[in-house]
Amino acid sequence: MAVKIIKDKCKGCTKCVQECPFDAITMIDKIANIGAKCTNCGTCVDVCPFGAIESVVEEKKGEVDISLYHDVWVFIEQRHGVLANVSLELLGEGKRLANEIGCKLAAVLCGENADAIVEEIFEYGADQVYYANAPELENYTTDAYTKVIYEAILKYKPEVFLLGATHVGRDLGPCLAVQCGTGLTADCTKLEIDPEDKKLQQTRPAFGGNLMATILIPKHRPQMSTVRPGVMDKPTRVIGKRGELINLDVNLKAGDIRMKVLDFVRELGEKVSLTDAKIIVSGGRGLGTGGHTPEEGFALLKQLADRLEGVVAASRAAVDAGWIDHTYQIGQTGTTVKPTVYFAVGISGAIQHLSGMQNSGYIVAINKNENAPIFEVADYGIVGDLYKVIPEILEALG
Amino acid sequence: MKIIVCAKQVPDTNEVKIDPVKGTLIRDGVPSILNPDDANALEAALDLKDRYPGSTVSVISMGPPQANYMLRETLALGADEAILLSARAFGGADTCATSTTIAAGIRKLGGYDIIFAGRQAIDGDTAQVGPQTAQRLGIPSVTYVQKIREIKEGSVIVERQLETGYEIVEVQTPCLLTCVKELNTPRYMSVVGIENAYKAEITTWNEVDVNLKPEDCGLKASPTQILRSFAPPPKGKGEILSGSVREMAQSLVAKLNEQHVI
Repeated sequence: MAVKIIKDKCKGCTKCVQECPFDAITMIDKIANIGAKCTNCGTCVDVCPFGAIESVVEEKKGEVDISLYHDVWVFIEQRHGVLANVSLELLGEGKRLANEIGCKLAAVLCGENADAIVEEIFEYGADQVYYANAPELENYTTDAYTKVIYEAILKYKPEVFLLGATHVGRDLGPCLAVQCGTGLTADCTKLEIDPEDKKLQQTRPAFGGNLMATILIPKHRPQMSTVRPGVMDKPTRVIGKRGELINLDVNLKAGDIRMKVLDFVRELGEKVSLTDAKIIVSGGRGLGTGGHTPEEGFALLKQLADRLEGVVAASRAAVDAGWIDHTYQIGQTGTTVKPTVYFAVGISGAIQHLSGMQNSGYIVAINKNENAPIFEVADYGIVGDLYKVIPEILEALG
Repeated sequence: MKIIVCAKQVPDTNEVKIDPVKGTLIRDGVPSILNPDDANALEAALDLKDRYPGSTVSVISMGPPQANYMLRETLALGADEAILLSARAFGGADTCATSTTIAAGIRKLGGYDIIFAGRQAIDGDTAQVGPQTAQRLGIPSVTYVQKIREIKEGSVIVERQLETGYEIVEVQTPCLLTCVKELNTPRYMSVVGIENAYKAEITTWNEVDVNLKPEDCGLKASPTQILRSFAPPPKGKGEILSGSVREMAQSLVAKLNEQHVI
C-alpha cells in the first residue's frame, strides 16, 4: 500500500504534518506533500479531517502464489547439542500460530549427529522436524546454513518462518529473506494471526522503543520474523511425544562456505558498560544495614544482575562510603543511564541520584522505608528488606 | 586496499520523546546524527587506511538530501569520497529494498576488498541491511564483528560477538563486516578535515545512475508493509506491591515479564 494525497480535497490544515510519526509530510503550495521518509504507516489517513489522504494498493515485485505455502516453521538454534531457550519459546509460539491458522508446526534443525535434539523438539510440540545432518553444519556459518535452509524452504514452502532474534538468528534471517525474495520483520514482541485471512501480523518496537509498529508481509512467502528472546512462553514438554522426521538433502560443494569458525571463546561477566546496559541493578546505603555487610549486598545484586544479563551500579552514598568504585556511580556526579529496567535497591532516591536514572524504562524500587522518595518515581515498589526480597525475586525468576 | 563504508543518518532516538497527551513522537529539536554503529564501521575503515598506505575509503548512504551533512562529517573524519543515493523512487523502502539500492550503488563504485557497515541503525534496530547487501552482492558477510585480528592475502580473521562469548572466524575477501561498538573508539574530526569537507562535493545518485528500474526500489520492492504504528501503552502511575515478600517478588517478576522487559 502507498499513501496518496487527493489534492482537490486537501485544505492545507497541516494536521497530517503535525501527526506524521516519521516527519515525512511537508506543505507545498499549501497542499500536503508526502516525502521520501514515508513508510506508509497510515497515520495521516486516519487523522485527515477531510478524507484527503488515501491508501492505495500498489503492485509489488516478487509476489508469489501464496496458496502454495503451508505450515509454520521454527529455526532451531543449538550449540553442541544444547537447544537455545528461544527455540523452545518459538516452538510454543509457533504451535499457537499453527493452531490458529489450522496447519502443522515444523522445526528446522541443522547440525552434526544432533539426533538427541530431534526427540526433544518433538516433545516440545513440533509435528515435523526437517533435519539437515552433515559435518559442515556442526557450527553455525552464514553460508552453509543459508544454503541448506533456503533449499528446504524452496522445496517444502512454509508460510511462516520464525527465528530467535539472537546473534545467529539475526544473521541467518536477513540472508534467507534475500534468497527467498521475501520480507523479514526484526525483533518481534508480538505475533498474531488475522482471523479473516490467516495472515501473520508482526508487532515490533522501533525508534528505540518509542513507537510500536505492526507489520504485514501480504504477498511474499514465507512471512519471516525474528522474535525477541524471553518474550514468548515455553511450551510444556510431553515426554515420549513423537512426530514425522524429514531428512534434508545437504548439497554443499567446495566454495559454498566462504568462512570458517576457527575457535569459540566463552566469556562470561561484565562486558556491558553502564550506558549500554538494558538492565541495571543499583545498590545504595541500605545494603549496609540490618547486620549485613555491603559486600554481601553487592554480591546479592550481582546475582540478580547476572541472572538478568544486566550490570551492577551504585548510588553516591555507597560510593562515598567506599563500598564500590566511582565508575559504578549513577547520578548527577556519576553516569546518567536509561536502561529498560532499573532496580534501585536500598537507595532512598536523592535528587542527584534521580537525575541520573529517572528516564529508565521501568524503575523498580526496593526499600525498607516506605516514605523514601525513590517510590515517587518507581513503576513498581516493594517495601521490605532487600536481603529477603532479592532472594525471592531470584527464586521467582527460576 | 579499497574499502567501502555503508552509513545512515538517523534521528538521535535518545532525544526522542513522546507527547504524553497525543501519544505521538515529539521530533522538534531532535538532532540527526551519523548512526553510532556506523561510526565504528567508518573508524575500522580509516584505521585500515592508516595502516595500509594507498588505501581508499568511500562512504555510501541512502537517504534524503539532508543526509549530505552526515556524509560531510565522514569526509571530515578522513573518508576520501562520499556518495548519497537519493531519489523519490527510493522512498518507503524496507530493508529488502534498501539493500537492493545500496548493493547497486556499491556495484557502480566498483571493485573493493572490504565493506564495513554498522551492526544496526538506532531508528529501526533491524540489523538486516548489512548482511542483505552482502547477499545481493554475492559476497560473504560476518555480523557483530568486535575485533579485526588479521588481514591476510584473500581473507580476514575477525572475532564475531555472541551472547556467551565470541567466535574467531576467517572469511574470504571481498567480504562485508558489520561492526559493534566494542570494535574501536571513533576518532574526532580534524580542523583541516572540517575545512575540506565543507568545500567537498557529495556525489548524488538516483535510480537511473545505479541502473535500477523504479519498480526495483523503494516501496514497490518492499515485501513488508506497515499495517499500523502506535505509541506503546503508557506506563501509568507507579504501583506499590502488596502481600508477603514472596507474593511481592512473584508479582514483580510477572509484571516485568508481561512488559517483555526481562
